Amino acid sequence: MATATVPPPAQPIERENYLNKHYGVGSWLLTTDHKRISLLYLMSITFFFFIGGFFALLIRLELLTPAGDLVQADTYNKLFTMHGMVMIFFFLIPSIPAVLGNFLVPMMIGAKDLAFPRINLLSWYLYIIGGILMLHCMLTGGVDTGWTFYTPFSTAFTNTKIVEAGLAIFITGFSSIVTGLNFVVTIHRMRAPGMTWSRLPLFIWAHYATSIIQILGTPVVAITIVLVAVERTLHLGIFDPKLGGDPLLFQHLFWFYSHPAVYIMILPSMGIVSEIIACFSRKRIFGYTFVAISSISIAVFGFLVWAHHMFVAGISVYAALMFSLLSYSVAVPSAVKVFNWTATLYKGSIRYDAPMLYAFGFLGLFTIGGLTGLFLACLGIDVHVTDTYFVVAHFHYIMVGGALMGYLGGMHFWWPKISGKLYPEGWARLAALIVFIGFNLTFFPQFILGYVGMPRRYYQYPPEFQVLNVLSTAGATVLGIGYLLPMVYFLWSMRYGKPAPDNPWNAAGLEWKTQSPPTTYNFEEEPVVTWEAYNYEELDAHPDEEAPSVG
Amino acid sequence: MSDSPATAVPSQAHAEAHNPALLHHFATEEQQRDSASLGMWIFLATEVMFFGGLFCAYLIYRGWYFGDFAAASSSINVRMGAINTAVLICSSLTVVLAIWAAQTSQRGLLLAMLALTMVFGCAFLGIKGIEYKDKFDEHHVPGASFSFHEEIPGHPGQYANPQHAQIFFALYFIMTGLHALHMIIGLGIFAWLLWMAWKSRFTPEYHTPLEIGGLYWHFVDIVWIYLFPLLYLIDRHR
Repeated sequence: MATATVPPPAQPIERENYLNKHYGVGSWLLTTDHKRISLLYLMSITFFFFIGGFFALLIRLELLTPAGDLVQADTYNKLFTMHGMVMIFFFLIPSIPAVLGNFLVPMMIGAKDLAFPRINLLSWYLYIIGGILMLHCMLTGGVDTGWTFYTPFSTAFTNTKIVEAGLAIFITGFSSIVTGLNFVVTIHRMRAPGMTWSRLPLFIWAHYATSIIQILGTPVVAITIVLVAVERTLHLGIFDPKLGGDPLLFQHLFWFYSHPAVYIMILPSMGIVSEIIACFSRKRIFGYTFVAISSISIAVFGFLVWAHHMFVAGISVYAALMFSLLSYSVAVPSAVKVFNWTATLYKGSIRYDAPMLYAFGFLGLFTIGGLTGLFLACLGIDVHVTDTYFVVAHFHYIMVGGALMGYLGGMHFWWPKISGKLYPEGWARLAALIVFIGFNLTFFPQFILGYVGMPRRYYQYPPEFQVLNVLSTAGATVLGIGYLLPMVYFLWSMRYGKPAPDNPWNAAGLEWKTQSPPTTYNFEEEPVVTWEAYNYEELDAHPDEEAPSVG
Repeated sequence: MSDSPATAVPSQAHAEAHNPALLHHFATEEQQRDSASLGMWIFLATEVMFFGGLFCAYLIYRGWYFGDFAAASSSINVRMGAINTAVLICSSLTVVLAIWAAQTSQRGLLLAMLALTMVFGCAFLGIKGIEYKDKFDEHHVPGASFSFHEEIPGHPGQYANPQHAQIFFALYFIMTGLHALHMIIGLGIFAWLLWMAWKSRFTPEYHTPLEIGGLYWHFVDIVWIYLFPLLYLIDRHR
C-alpha cells in the first residue's frame, strides 16, 4: 500500500532475504536458518497430510454403503490405523510448532535464530527418517492395531509391522522433543532487550506450554514403544496378561503421553487464534495475563487426566471418579481462553479477512469439541458412548476443527511474511467457507451416529445409519476440496502473487517490524522493545506513523 | 561455528574481543553459556521421564510379585554391582576435578582427569559385561531358553514363579542395558572432550562443553544410584 506513494528506493530489485540469499539443494538441506527449516517442515508435513487424507478418503468411501464392499475388514483396520498414525505423529504434532513456531518464535521475541540451530536441523532429519520408515511400513503392509498400539493384541497377536511403525514413531518423537527443548531455551534466553515475559505474544506462551508437554510427555511414550517392541520381539510378558504382565499398565503409560499430546496439537492453535483475533479486531487481547497463564495450566492439567481414556478398561471406580473430576478441570482454562477471545471481539473494529474467518471457525468448532469433551469426561455418558462415533466426532472437532483451522488461519496470516507475496484474498475467504461447511457436514452427523450407537472402527454398519454416513462422506469430499484450494493458491501466489509489504495487516508483533520476507538474521539490528504486546489502540491512534525500523 | 571467523576478520578490534566459539546468533558469551546449560538441564528432564516410565513399571511389578522379584534379585551379583557403584562415584569425582582443572588452567590435570573418567567408564562397562555373561550362562536372559528355579527368600520350599521372575529379568536387562547405552554415549562425549582439551580449546572463560558433558555424566551416574538398590538390594537384609 505505502509502496505506491513513496519514491521507490531501488524497488524493482528484490531485497536480499532468507529465500534468495543462497540457492541450490545444498543450501536448503544443510541450512541452520530456522526459517528455511520451517519451510522444509512445511513441505514434509503437507506431504504426510495428503497421505493421511488419502486414508481418510478411503475410510469414508468404504462407509458410504452399509455393506463392506470396497475393502475387506483387515484392510479397513489398516486404513484407520495408518490414518491415525500419520495424521497424529507426522502431521498434527509437528504442524504448528515445527512450521509456524519454528519460523515465528525467534522473530516474535527479537532473536536471530533459535538457541540451537543445528539441533533444529537435526530435528527435521529425525522427522524425515521416521517418515521414511513409516512410509516403508505402509507400503509393505502397514499396521492394524489402531494408532493406540493396545497390548496384548499388538505384542502377541497381530502379525503386522508393529516394530517398524513403533521405531518410526520413536524417532519422530525425538524430533518433537528437541523442537520443544529448543523453544524453551530460546524463549528463556534469547529474548530481545525489553521483551519481558509480560510482553510476550500469546503465541509464544502457547508454544512454551506446548514445549513443556513435548519435553516431559514424549519420552514416556518413547520408552513405552521400546517395551512393546522388546516384548513383541522376545515374547516377554511385561504387558501380556497370559505371562503375568498388565495390559492396563501399557494403557496408563501410553495415555500419559497421548492425552497431553492432544494439547500439543491444540495449544499452538490457540496461540495463533489469540494473535489473529487481536489483530483483526484492532484491540489488545482481553485479559492478557489470564490467557497466558491458561496455556500453562492446560499443559499442567493435561498431565493429570489421562485415565479418562480408560473408564471402561477396568480401572477402579474411585480412580475413574478422580480422573473424571480432574478432566473437568481442563475446561476451566479452555473456557478462560474462549471467553477472553469473545470479550476481545466486543467493540472491536472487526475485519473479515481470511485468517479471521478461520479464527471464527476455530472459536465455534473448538467450543463444540470442548463441550462434547465434557460429556465424555462425565462417567455415565462416557460409558454409554465409549468407542462410538461420538468420540470420533468429538476429537475431530478438536483436532481438525480446532488445531487444523488454527493452522490454516496462521498460514494465511503469516504467508505474506513467509513468502513475501500476498495470497488472493477472495479465494482464501471462499476456501475458509468451504472448509467450515465441509467440516461440519463431515463430523456433525458422526455425533448423532455415535449417540444412536454406531461403534467406531467397523467397516460395516446397519442400513439405518446410511443417510448420516452418506452426509459425512459428502462432507469429507467438500472438506478435501477446501484443503486443496489453499495449497493451490499459496503455490500460485509464490510466482504470481503481488509482493507483500512488510506489515500487510498493520499488526503489532515484532515479526512485522522487519522486512518481508526477512533476512537471514531476521533484524538489521537487535530490536529493543518498549511497548506492550498487542498495542493496537496505540498503533491505530497514530496511523501515519510508519512502523519504526526496529532498534 | 564455521562462518564466525570469516565475519570476525574485517574489524580488528572486534576480532580481538570475539571468542571464536561464540556462535553468530548469540549476543554474548554469557547468553551462549546459559543457553547451553539450560538446554542440557531440559534434556536431562526428558531423560528422567524416559527412565521414569521404566521405574514406574518396575515398581508396580515389584509390588505385585514381591517374592518372585526378591528371588530373582538374589540371583544377581551384588558384589559386582557394589563395585560398579563405587567406580561410578569415583568417575563423577574425576569429572568435577576435570572442570576445576579447566577453570584453573591446569591442562595436564584436565587431560588426566578426562582420561581417568573414561577409564572408570570402561571399567563399569566391563564389569557389567561380566555380569551379563553370568546371567547368560545361568539361562536367566528372558526369551526362549529362559529358566529359573529358585526358592523365594524366607519361604523354604516355595519356588518363584518363573514367568514373574522373567518380568524381573526383562526389566533388569532393559533398565541396565539402557543405562549402559547411556554410558557408551557418555564415553563418546568424553572422548570428544578429551580431544578438545588436547587441542587446548578450554580456558577458564570458556569450558561450557565440559560443564554440559559433566552434567550428562552425573545424570547417568545418578540413574545407576537408583538402579542399584532397586534391582540388587530388594531382599539382602536377611
